[in-house]
Amino acid sequence: MTDDVSDQVDNNRRHFLTVATAVTGAVGAAFAAVPFLASLKPSARAQALGAPVEVALGNIQPGELIRVLWRGKLIFVLRREEKMLSELANNDANLKDPNSEVVEQQPDYAANPTRSVRPEFLVLEGSCTHLGCAPIEDFPVRPAENWYGGFFCPCHGSKFDLAGRVLKGVPAPTNLRVPPYRFVRDDLLLIGQDTGVA
Amino acid sequence: MARAEAEVAKSTGGVVKWIDDRFPLMETLRYHVTEYYASKNFNFWYVFGVLAFVVLIIQLLTGIFLTMNYKPSSAEAFASVEYIMRDVEWGWLIRYMHSTGASFFFVVVYLHMFRAMLYGSYKKPRELIWIIGMLIFFVLMAEAFAGYLLPWGQMSYWGAQVIISLFGAVPVVGDALVEFIKGDYAISDITLNRFFALHVILLPLLLVGLIFVHIVALHEVGSNNPDGIEIKENKDANGVPVDGVAFHPYHTSKDLVAIIIFLIIFSAVVFFAPEAGGYFLEHANFEPANVRVTPEHIAPVWYFTPFYAILRAVPSKAGGAALMAAAVLLPMFLPWLDKARVKSIRYRGWMYKTALTLFVISFVTLGWLGLQPAEGIYVTLTRIFTVVYFAYFILMPYYTSIDKTKPVPNRVVYNA
Repeated sequence: MTDDVSDQVDNNRRHFLTVATAVTGAVGAAFAAVPFLASLKPSARAQALGAPVEVALGNIQPGELIRVLWRGKLIFVLRREEKMLSELANNDANLKDPNSEVVEQQPDYAANPTRSVRPEFLVLEGSCTHLGCAPIEDFPVRPAENWYGGFFCPCHGSKFDLAGRVLKGVPAPTNLRVPPYRFVRDDLLLIGQDTGVA
Repeated sequence: MARAEAEVAKSTGGVVKWIDDRFPLMETLRYHVTEYYASKNFNFWYVFGVLAFVVLIIQLLTGIFLTMNYKPSSAEAFASVEYIMRDVEWGWLIRYMHSTGASFFFVVVYLHMFRAMLYGSYKKPRELIWIIGMLIFFVLMAEAFAGYLLPWGQMSYWGAQVIISLFGAVPVVGDALVEFIKGDYAISDITLNRFFALHVILLPLLLVGLIFVHIVALHEVGSNNPDGIEIKENKDANGVPVDGVAFHPYHTSKDLVAIIIFLIIFSAVVFFAPEAGGYFLEHANFEPANVRVTPEHIAPVWYFTPFYAILRAVPSKAGGAALMAAAVLLPMFLPWLDKARVKSIRYRGWMYKTALTLFVISFVTLGWLGLQPAEGIYVTLTRIFTVVYFAYFILMPYYTSIDKTKPVPNRVVYNA
C-alpha cells in the first residue's frame, strides 16, 4: 500500500503546492510586517505635539534672534535690520544655491532673494543641512574675510548667510530649511502652518 | 572544573548518561572544549577573542543591573543615571564597569581583528569566520551608538543627531528614513525609548547569536596560528593534530592568566580613571541634552573617531557619508583582496609588512584626527591618511601578488 502511494507522486501538483504555499506565506509575512513597521513612525501624540506654534513678534528687537521649538526642532526667528538685508547681495557670487532653487528647502513663498514672506523676519530651521547640528549666529560683518553676517555650524564648519543660504566650500549641501509659516496678525507669527489667509 | 569533567567523562550511568541519551552533552563538550585542538604555539595575540567574550559577559551582567534603575524617558533619563551614580548602592561601580566595558570591548575587538590581519586568519578556509566577525563588529558599533544616547547628555543627543543625519545622505528616501529612525520630527523621548529597546534587547540578542555562529564556524575549520599553517594536515595515529593541544585544559589555563591581567587593567581604569580624561566618557555628557545648543566641540567616542575623521575628509555630505560607509565595509573583502600564497606575516615580504605598518599608523592617526577640530592642517592630514587607509585595501591585490614570500614550514615554530 505504501508502494502504491509513493508510486503516484505528481510532481506538477507538488511543485504547484510548494510555490502556492510559499507565495501565500510571503504575502502574509509582508502584510504582518506592516503594523510593526508602521508603529515606528511618528505616533498620533508626536504629531499632535507637532502642532503649529505661535510667536509674538512685538518683543523682538531689530537684529535680535530668538529660538523656539516646533515639533521638537529648533527654529530661528531673526528680525533683520535694513543693513542686514542690504548686505545679502554681497554673498550671491559665493553661494551654492543663491536663488533657492532646491525646492524642498523652502515653501514657494520663501523662494525669493530674502527667503521670507516679510523681508524683516527670517524664519529658519536651526538645523545644519549637513548633519543636523544647531548653527550659531555670527552677525558682525568682516568684509576682509568676505563675511557679511550669518550662521556657522560648530560641528563641521558649514556657513550660511543671513537668509540661511549656504556658502560654497563647506560640507552642508543645501540652504537651511524654511519651515511652513504665516503671519496670523501683523505682530503674530504661526510656525508650522501656512494654509488659510497669509 | 577539570576534575569534574574527568569524572563525567568516565561515567557511564547516572545523570550524565540520562542527559546524554536525550541531549548531546558530552559530545558537545568534547567537540568544542576538551577535544578541540588549537595550535600549541599561540602567542599574546591569541587572547583577545577570549577577552572579548569576558567583556561581553561584563556588559550583559552590568547592563541587566543598570536597567533596574534606569528610566528610558527624556524627562528622567539623565536624572536616573545620576541617581544610579549617587543613590543606588554600588551603582557607580556598576555604571562605570558598563561605560568602561564599552571602550574595552572596542580595544580588544580591534586587537582581535589586527591579529587576523597579522596572521592572515581571514584567508581561506576562514573567510566566513571573518565575515561573521565583521557582522559582529557592525552590531557592536550599533550597540555602542544606541547605548551612548541613553544617558541623555549633550554629547548623547548631538552625537545621535549627527549619526542619524548621515542616513539623510541616502538618495531620494533620506529624509523619510531619518524621520523613521527617530520616530519623531526630532530626536525625542520616542527616539530614546526605541534606542533603549534596541540596546537592551534586539542588538544584544543579535550579538550573542552571531558570536555563537562565529565560534561554531571557527571550530568547524579550526583555529589559525602564528605560522598560518593548517595543523590538521599533520595528524598522529589517533587523528589528533601533532601541533595541537586541547582547548581545555591547556588553552583555558593560559587564557585565565590573560583574563586576570586584563581584569587588573580594567579595574584600574574603573576605579581610578573611569572617564579616561574625557575619552571614555566625554565631558559634554555631564550636561543634560539641550536641543537649543550644540556643544562647541563635538566628537564621537574614541572608537568611532577613525571613521568619523574619514567622514570629514570630504567637504560634501553625500561624499563623506559614502566614504565612511566604504571605510567600514572594505575590511569585509580582505579574504579576496589578499592574493598572497602565505597567511602569516612571518613569511610575507617587505611589501605587506610595510603596507600593514602604514595601515596601522593611518588608523591610529585618523582616530586622533577625528578628535581634533576640522580645520587647517588637521583637514590636510586627514585627507592624506584617508588615502593611505584606502590604499591598503585597494592596492592589496597588487602588492600581495608580487610580494616575495618565504617558504612556510610544515610544523609550527615557537620563535620566528
